[in-house]
Amino acid sequence: MRFIQTIYTIWQREIIRYLRDKTQIISILFQSLMLLVISGAGLGQMFTLNNFGVNSIQFLYPGIMAIGVAAVAFFSTVSTVWDREFGFLKEIQVAPVSRIAVALGKTLGATTIASFQGLISLALAPIIGVNLSFVSIPKIILFLILFAFAISGMGFFIASFIKTTESFGLLMQVIISPMLFISGAFFPLTNVPQWMKIIANINPLAYGVDVLRQIILNNQVNDISNNLFLHSISTNILFLIIFSIIMVGAAVSAFDKKE
Amino acid sequence: MDIILVKNLTKQFNKLTAVDHINFEVKKGEIFGFLGPNGAGKSTTINMCSTILPVTDGEVFINGFSILSQRDEVRKSIGIVFQDSSLDEWLTAEENLRFHAKLYGLTNNEFKKRKQEVLELVNLWNRRKDVVKNFSGGMKRRLEIARGLIHYPAVLFLDEPTLGLDPQTRANLWNYILRLKYEKEMTIFMSTHYMDEAEHCDRIAIIDHGKIVALDTPRELKKQVGEDIISMTSKQKTELKKELEERYKKEVKEKDDSLQIEVEDGEKFLPRLFNELTTKIDSIELRKPTLDDVFLSLTGRAIREEEISTKKRMHQPIQIRQRR
Repeated sequence: MRFIQTIYTIWQREIIRYLRDKTQIISILFQSLMLLVISGAGLGQMFTLNNFGVNSIQFLYPGIMAIGVAAVAFFSTVSTVWDREFGFLKEIQVAPVSRIAVALGKTLGATTIASFQGLISLALAPIIGVNLSFVSIPKIILFLILFAFAISGMGFFIASFIKTTESFGLLMQVIISPMLFISGAFFPLTNVPQWMKIIANINPLAYGVDVLRQIILNNQVNDISNNLFLHSISTNILFLIIFSIIMVGAAVSAFDKKE
Repeated sequence: MDIILVKNLTKQFNKLTAVDHINFEVKKGEIFGFLGPNGAGKSTTINMCSTILPVTDGEVFINGFSILSQRDEVRKSIGIVFQDSSLDEWLTAEENLRFHAKLYGLTNNEFKKRKQEVLELVNLWNRRKDVVKNFSGGMKRRLEIARGLIHYPAVLFLDEPTLGLDPQTRANLWNYILRLKYEKEMTIFMSTHYMDEAEHCDRIAIIDHGKIVALDTPRELKKQVGEDIISMTSKQKTELKKELEERYKKEVKEKDDSLQIEVEDGEKFLPRLFNELTTKIDSIELRKPTLDDVFLSLTGRAIREEEISTKKRMHQPIQIRQRR
């Protein structure tokens, strides 16, 4: 009971802070719009993916959605670094609560905010001409939550090592850029060099993009699917669940050892 | 019962020994002061006692619980106000308190009752809906004290609670701290490098280079360095000197135009002097040894003078007021 209450209290604070900081809300809204409308429409013209048998916007949409969610999940965990910088972390450190509950509360906070970004992308789908079947929507939402949780856990793990906001921003750039490019969002990862395949295999973003694309393109592709998709949906989901557990576990032990 | 019991507590940072085998105990209901210059090991000690810094050696018991093996019980037993603010500035005063109350397992009813109690204690009840970002430094510090109290801790730790506050706010804050002692019988463990603040404490440990160099009541500590000095001037200097020597059997020192005697308890001695002296005196001054003198005599130097410029200006008015 105390455990759940601690998770809820930590989570609630993350959400209050997010809602109170208007610039954060606006930037997330704007980011969704920019990613989808601008890059979706622009890139859509460049990529001719007719040989895959799908419309280019249809191909790009799941990738861009995953990238948007991952970026928000990552940057929401910067709140841990702020807490350290502005001293609030001490208030949490000195409290008689489980460190696992703290980590889960923090991770779920970022998950919630990132899922919200996913919902916006979902709502924008009809506007930019993406076909979504009604049955796929609950599947997409459920998966987005798992995906956001995995990326938030990773962000939180990284954030628990970082002392200042500046270095967090820098590190995120270094880590997140390759992850974005080798996620399969902009080109399929089925016919890439071996080294890139290896990276893709440990890149949680690639798994996220893969699942979303499979859900969204499900009834639009048939025989060519082997050229587009990496793993089965259940393999992808299993990877993300194990990845989340490792990340949150690592974050808890990093958090406990600090100072 | 000793509410805090520190045994051989030691902290080593690489080669630097920040806290070096210190021992002391704090009794229930007292204000215990930790006095020393910056870098003496005050915050390090508080951080170890409050379980956020691992100890290198030694042991601390708080409220009977070991900081090594019963961390959560220790954490429940203490309220703490850190040197730097640890409030969430984006939340309101009330939200900060609620966050804290929930982490410490208070029920909703308990929280409702106590938030009013603690916020009224620090005079912030009508600002409870305001976002902390808009609070002044003194208000933030008061809110932190309120937060530290809401789970009814056995001990309140205050790490330099008045650092960076203006003289008026500091005086007010002291009123709140003293109210806690008398109204709530709270045990308070505080650190400071202001000598004048240490005077409010029931007992003081003077710490320097990680070692406790003296531990006693402020009065006893000052007695160690000498007695109160009364200096007088008079036009009938020789008569006065004679009278003082004969009536009180004191050694009278001549310094410039004034005569000086040392007495044990200056405040009590002055009225006697006024009633009994027959020689006319023109002026009289009572000077008591300060904790500055104590620190000086123990360590051979004054509490570090480096960051004096702004802080000295801030704490001088209070010192003057207290000497009067």
